[in-house]
Amino acid sequence: MINTAAPTRTVPKKKNEFLYFAFRNNKLRLGLGIVLFFLVLMVVGPQLTEYDPTDFVGPSASPPSADFWFGTTSFGEDVFTQFVHGLPSTFLVGIIGGGLATLLGMTIGFVAGYRGGVVDEVLNILTNVILTIPALALLLVLSSYVKVRGIFIESLFIGFTTWPWAARAIRAQTFTLRTREFVELAKLSGRSSLKIVFGEIAPNMASYLFMTFILMFGGAILTAATLDFLGLGPTQGTSLGLMMNMAVLWSALPLGMWWWFVPPGAGITAIVGGLYIMNVGLDEVFNPKLREM
Amino acid sequence: MRRYFGRKLLIYLLTFFIAVTVDWMIPRFMPGNPVALLISRAGLRGNAVTEMYTFYLDAFGLDLPIWKQYLSFWAALFQGDLGISIYLFPTPVKDVILRAVPYDLALLIPSTLLSWWAGNKFGAFAARSKKLDNTILPVGYILTATPYMWLGILLAWVFAIVLGIFPVAGGYGFDLQPDLSWRFIGSLIHHWFLPFASLFIVQFGGWAIGMRNLIIYELESDYSHYLEALGAPRKLVRRYAFRNAILPQLTGLALSLGAVVAGALTTEVVFGYPGIGYLILQAINNEDYFLIQGCFLFVVIGVLLANFIIDVAYLIVDPRTRAGMQGGAG
Repeated sequence: MINTAAPTRTVPKKKNEFLYFAFRNNKLRLGLGIVLFFLVLMVVGPQLTEYDPTDFVGPSASPPSADFWFGTTSFGEDVFTQFVHGLPSTFLVGIIGGGLATLLGMTIGFVAGYRGGVVDEVLNILTNVILTIPALALLLVLSSYVKVRGIFIESLFIGFTTWPWAARAIRAQTFTLRTREFVELAKLSGRSSLKIVFGEIAPNMASYLFMTFILMFGGAILTAATLDFLGLGPTQGTSLGLMMNMAVLWSALPLGMWWWFVPPGAGITAIVGGLYIMNVGLDEVFNPKLREM
Repeated sequence: MRRYFGRKLLIYLLTFFIAVTVDWMIPRFMPGNPVALLISRAGLRGNAVTEMYTFYLDAFGLDLPIWKQYLSFWAALFQGDLGISIYLFPTPVKDVILRAVPYDLALLIPSTLLSWWAGNKFGAFAARSKKLDNTILPVGYILTATPYMWLGILLAWVFAIVLGIFPVAGGYGFDLQPDLSWRFIGSLIHHWFLPFASLFIVQFGGWAIGMRNLIIYELESDYSHYLEALGAPRKLVRRYAFRNAILPQLTGLALSLGAVVAGALTTEVVFGYPGIGYLILQAINNEDYFLIQGCFLFVVIGVLLANFIIDVAYLIVDPRTRAGMQGGAG
């Protein structure tokens, strides 16, 4: 989807090739731009507002104005303040939850794909079993029994229930690399399996791993938002999902207070959508076949 | 074919076994004590506390050895005994859930099947047509990134509050008693539409994108080029591509079930729609643990059944599985 005329002429040295295409990929630029925007907002946002998310600062239920950019809640809390203070938990859950899911998926996917045979069979069955159990239903039961929950616990739960997606993808990819010549050669040279996996196989699918991480990142954010919305998120602090929970709980809908429930949902959609679009762009950057299309 | 089903069945049985075991384990090995919680909720004092404590321990069999508790959990399960709901005391959990299930089925089955069908058709139609492709991709990606509940909230706000065409909440009008009159059925459909629509829309985006990508991939493959070289009409090539692309989409349908169920649960919460999702929220707010666990088991059983049905469908659609050439890689 990028300029097809230029590459042949000015494709630079191998090392910079990816960067070269990355900067020219509109999807990647758009997705990355959106995500970076929210990251910056997360850092700068709290400086832009003089309130705390739970301060009762203004008239209750007032629509957006110059004083209160996103309006106020039924209790007179500033929605913008809550929004920027809710962003860190969104990114944190994505990084920890998505990261953990990717790491678990990598471990299981590498072992299953590289070893093959009975090990693969057993791990494959395990993956399919966990995949079949609806993660959210399991998360609901788990969270309802934990009285004091933090973002860390929430991310941990999400990571431990969503890894099968990553494991499946990574196993399939490892499987195709396993029989390639350079891996066979490494085997002949008598290197340990661990070294072959991390020295030969993993670097050759680094882009794939990174993209899996981004997908898990986005998925973890959506799952966390759902949990928060159901009132099973962190018991302390604020988050975008919790804002929607409060809005629905305190009848923002029948009262027509759209400024209370539109920003948090729009924020989540934008961040996750940005990640997904970034992924499509990365796919085009890493995969020359798609590039030429 | 035997191998295919044998393997699938093994996975499903294992899944059920693990789900039940986890369901049993969570309350027993999590920090916190449900019995102590029950008693503190009753607000008892002095001797009554110890008395009630032993009563509950006895009633739930918590003083038995662990393995006996586990076995009796299974025994009770096979008799359809999931405990008594605290929130709707003294209705058995099973009855509470069975009352909610029809609403779930009414939401899930049409929205999943229709969105799958329509998304596939539309995705195949949009693939390789510049204009449609440029609109469907961004819209599709935004839709898949949208949290179910947020879309539900937006729809409820626009169509129920601002325009006032549809009701905001409930399974049927508050002034009605369930019966078989036209008025009641009309009210049911009226209340059903918005939750159905929000489930349909989010899923539609995912299927359309998936199909679009698959069709492009198929059109790039050798058999398509060969057909084109032979001068086959464009329509015919597309039809072959579609038939090949539908298989991964069917596998995708099975894989997405968990996410769809999760979406339905939250959508029901938004619309106060009296299905299992709404029940779960009530159960959480009332700390009705038996009900939460019962709902979990029902959801797992439902997903397993749906998976099985899709397996059978796969068998019908894909001749290779029928011939037993494929060992069921899914």
